[in-house]
Amino acid sequence: MKVTIDGHEIEVAPGTTILQAARMIGGEVVPPAMCYYSKLKGTGGKCRCCLVDVTKGSDADPRPMPKLMASCVTGCQDGMEVASKSSDRVKEARNAVTEFLLINHPLDCPVCDQAGECDLQNLSFEHGKLQQRFVEEKRTFEPENIGDKIQLHMNRCIVCQRCVEVADQLTDGRVHGVLNRGDHSQISTCVSAAIDNEFSGNMIDVCPVGALTDKTFRFKSRVWFNKPFNAHRDCDKCCGKTTVWMFGNEIQRVTARKDEFHEVEEFICNTCRFDKKDVADWVIEGPRKFEKDSVINQNNYTRKLEKVVIETEKGILQGRDIDRKKISMAEIDYNEKIDGNPVNSKKNG
Amino acid sequence: MGRKILLDKINVPGIRTYEVYRKEGGYASVEKALKKMTPDEVVEEVKTSGLRGRGGAGFPAGMKWSFIDKKSGKPRHLVCNADESEPGTFKDRYLMEFIPHLLIEGMITSSYALGANLSYIYIRGEYMWVYKILENAIAEAKAAGWLGKNILGSGYDLDLYVQIGAGAYICGEETALIESLEGKRGNPRIKPPFPAVMGLWQNPTVVNNVETIAAVPWIVNNSGADYAAIGIGRSTGTKLISASGNIKNQGVFEIDLGLSVYEFINSDEYCGGMQTDRPLKALVPGGSSVPVLPAHLIYKTAAGEDRLMTYESLADGGFASGSMLGSGGFIVYDDRACIVRNTWNFSRFYHHESCGQCTPCREGTGWMEKVLWRIENGQGREEDIELLWSIQAKIEGNTICPLGDAAAWPVAAAIRHFKDEFEYHIRFPEKIKNRDHFVAEPFEKVKHLIAKQEV
Amino acid sequence: MERSHIKQEINITDTLMNRINELISHYPADKKKSALLPVLHEVQDAHDNWLSIELQNKVAEILEIQPIEVYEVVTFYTMYNQRPIGKYMFEFCQTSACCLNGVENLMDYTCNKLGVGVGEPTADGLFEVRGVECLGACGYAPMMQLGDFFQEHLTEAKIDQLIADCKDGKITLHDK
Repeated sequence: MKVTIDGHEIEVAPGTTILQAARMIGGEVVPPAMCYYSKLKGTGGKCRCCLVDVTKGSDADPRPMPKLMASCVTGCQDGMEVASKSSDRVKEARNAVTEFLLINHPLDCPVCDQAGECDLQNLSFEHGKLQQRFVEEKRTFEPENIGDKIQLHMNRCIVCQRCVEVADQLTDGRVHGVLNRGDHSQISTCVSAAIDNEFSGNMIDVCPVGALTDKTFRFKSRVWFNKPFNAHRDCDKCCGKTTVWMFGNEIQRVTARKDEFHEVEEFICNTCRFDKKDVADWVIEGPRKFEKDSVINQNNYTRKLEKVVIETEKGILQGRDIDRKKISMAEIDYNEKIDGNPVNSKKNG
Repeated sequence: MGRKILLDKINVPGIRTYEVYRKEGGYASVEKALKKMTPDEVVEEVKTSGLRGRGGAGFPAGMKWSFIDKKSGKPRHLVCNADESEPGTFKDRYLMEFIPHLLIEGMITSSYALGANLSYIYIRGEYMWVYKILENAIAEAKAAGWLGKNILGSGYDLDLYVQIGAGAYICGEETALIESLEGKRGNPRIKPPFPAVMGLWQNPTVVNNVETIAAVPWIVNNSGADYAAIGIGRSTGTKLISASGNIKNQGVFEIDLGLSVYEFINSDEYCGGMQTDRPLKALVPGGSSVPVLPAHLIYKTAAGEDRLMTYESLADGGFASGSMLGSGGFIVYDDRACIVRNTWNFSRFYHHESCGQCTPCREGTGWMEKVLWRIENGQGREEDIELLWSIQAKIEGNTICPLGDAAAWPVAAAIRHFKDEFEYHIRFPEKIKNRDHFVAEPFEKVKHLIAKQEV
Repeated sequence: MERSHIKQEINITDTLMNRINELISHYPADKKKSALLPVLHEVQDAHDNWLSIELQNKVAEILEIQPIEVYEVVTFYTMYNQRPIGKYMFEFCQTSACCLNGVENLMDYTCNKLGVGVGEPTADGLFEVRGVECLGACGYAPMMQLGDFFQEHLTEAKIDQLIADCKDGKITLHDK
């Protein structure tokens, strides 16, 4: 079947959705997706960020679809023509959804662990406005402790329900879900039960915002001060393939590996995620690359760095030399392995 | 005197019981269909009748039936939507409470047409006593051999049950209703796939309103052509109208589609004119979701033609000067009513009833309610009218189900036709402090305060 | 999540269990969950009109589903109460037509008479006033729901009478 999205033509197999086709084309035409997750069945259609304008239904029935369609749940038809970023109507709808998602959002990025790898930040960057029209009091929820590994910040939640699908599809015996309705819908266990299933940590990775974060990483660092490396270990529960996030010689966080659409490549178990924070647990494969405009590249070490001398730095950090050394990449010896021993060191054999 | 198809027998004493209903000719359509007609012939009659879905959308019922997937070989279901919750609508309750066997007869005949062997009536939780009435009626029908195995020796089997809801307007949306029937939260499903292909328990399913199904026995007993002869154009047959608000006779009326709005409001047979001598100010003709009409667009369309009670005439002029027949929830307002307060009231309703699944509805309905509450309570700002307009425009068309549109339309129409009333609320907060502010001093009397000063 | 910590005596009587089994029989054998809404109604009616977490867990056990599936449903629908409520709950419809016919003034009147605010039970646990959304009785406004039944065309005198009848135990809440 042939589909055209913003003028780019592509051949797709029957059953492909518009969003999947757009992802095959790549680049600017890919609609943002806050709730759809290709690795989880039954996700999509809810956030309304990926709306597109189907200007021609198909060769057989060329009529345009009257309403904007959620591209993640709309199947391609042969000869279909779709306007994504090229349509003003689509842009306006995406701006509208972004505004709706932000009106009750606490906008607490400065203290949010998700900042820097947050899909809502990315969405706002592209589709948001600087001024606020919402003058009412924001909705808030009572904090709930859902266990010692995962931190729930309900105020930040956009109710995409990906975490519910993770619990349904990866774990047995879901203990959390969506409670209440309307704008009081919330993710909760209802009884403050601990979510402790061996695969529950994947809820953190699939969460597009900072509603579910890693308690073991809480307030440890900003993600862009970390150095992500691909690593693996032999694991009897999962694939064992992860990204470890380093600060100096310390593994501060372990996540699954995420692709260019911020979806995990393979789900990992809680043992790998929470319990293996020792460098010796892992075989480090090498630095993980991120898209060019990611804030994580603030700390880019995959290209050669010019030595920059920042005069004010010392003053601002008030002599915390150890931090300065970790943050200022230029001072780190790249011949040094992350476990602290130099490469080719005789000590290592 | 209009023809009575649904309410013909409603005043017969004891019609609620099986014996009386049967004596009055009840269940004849089941006999006729099962003994003399094939299922497809029943579908054809309903198609010919032009009967349109009476729940609000007005989709042709026969066409909906013909979409049901018969090829897959999966069990098929008919589900009756008795989750009547649209503000202004109370007709289905009237039918079910007083002549329950008519619905059951319709369910049997319609299930036969669809080849469904397991059908349900989903009734809203608040109609608990009607639920009991229906359960009784089903038991009576079963005892008399109209339900169960091999009905009338035809080889056709049908089990029919009532399922009770528990307080959620959204379950009137057909896919949310199916979810609820499966014992889940009433979250509407993404369409496609449509229920006709994947509905209840992933089986092909048709969901029809109570009134739609109750019209089927008459169509089968007489003929589709007879039914189509009533009404005007594509608005065929009779329709139940739930009339409420500031009129003399409030209640449920059966009208021939095509009656004029003027006659319906003023004739003693129907609404009997206004409640008091206060003048007509506005009309919501089809339930809270449809646009409100200002006085000058009620009896005449913008083109100057008589406004009729048909799907087409009420929609004449589009949203600029028309409205919709919807579910027939006919709410009449005189000049004591405050449009801003009423719009806020509707907005609160939709905010309360939003399922919370998709972003524009979850966030937008609450936002609209808050802004409208501020305006109604004297804390409005000049820019709020434009803001409201913008919020409703951003909800409309961008949601999973029609609840978003239903929440947006009344707000849009109120601003379109009654903008000066909003301005008055914003500019004279001290005059609207009392919740009954237009009772003593109707808007017409203070309108000059916000008129533009001509120099 | 707001929930009650008051203990609730759970008593699934044989009559109740028979009714539950009958409701379950309305659905295909592998679709037991479908009976959840009606079963919750029955169980709630038999337990002072509210559903504690323990009671919800019991329902989950009966229907062989996860407790969270019950919590999700109970919190979605407005007719399930998650805390003890006044025995006679006056649920006033406050949508359009009822408003046009003065339901707000009637609610004020009732609250003043009972000496409570909306949503708080009286000290003796006998009454509670609530505002709810459209109950489908717009032509008989103003109205309210009391137990399984509707009280329509309300006036202040009618409310006085209802309160008196409730106190005298003359009002039936559920038709079982």
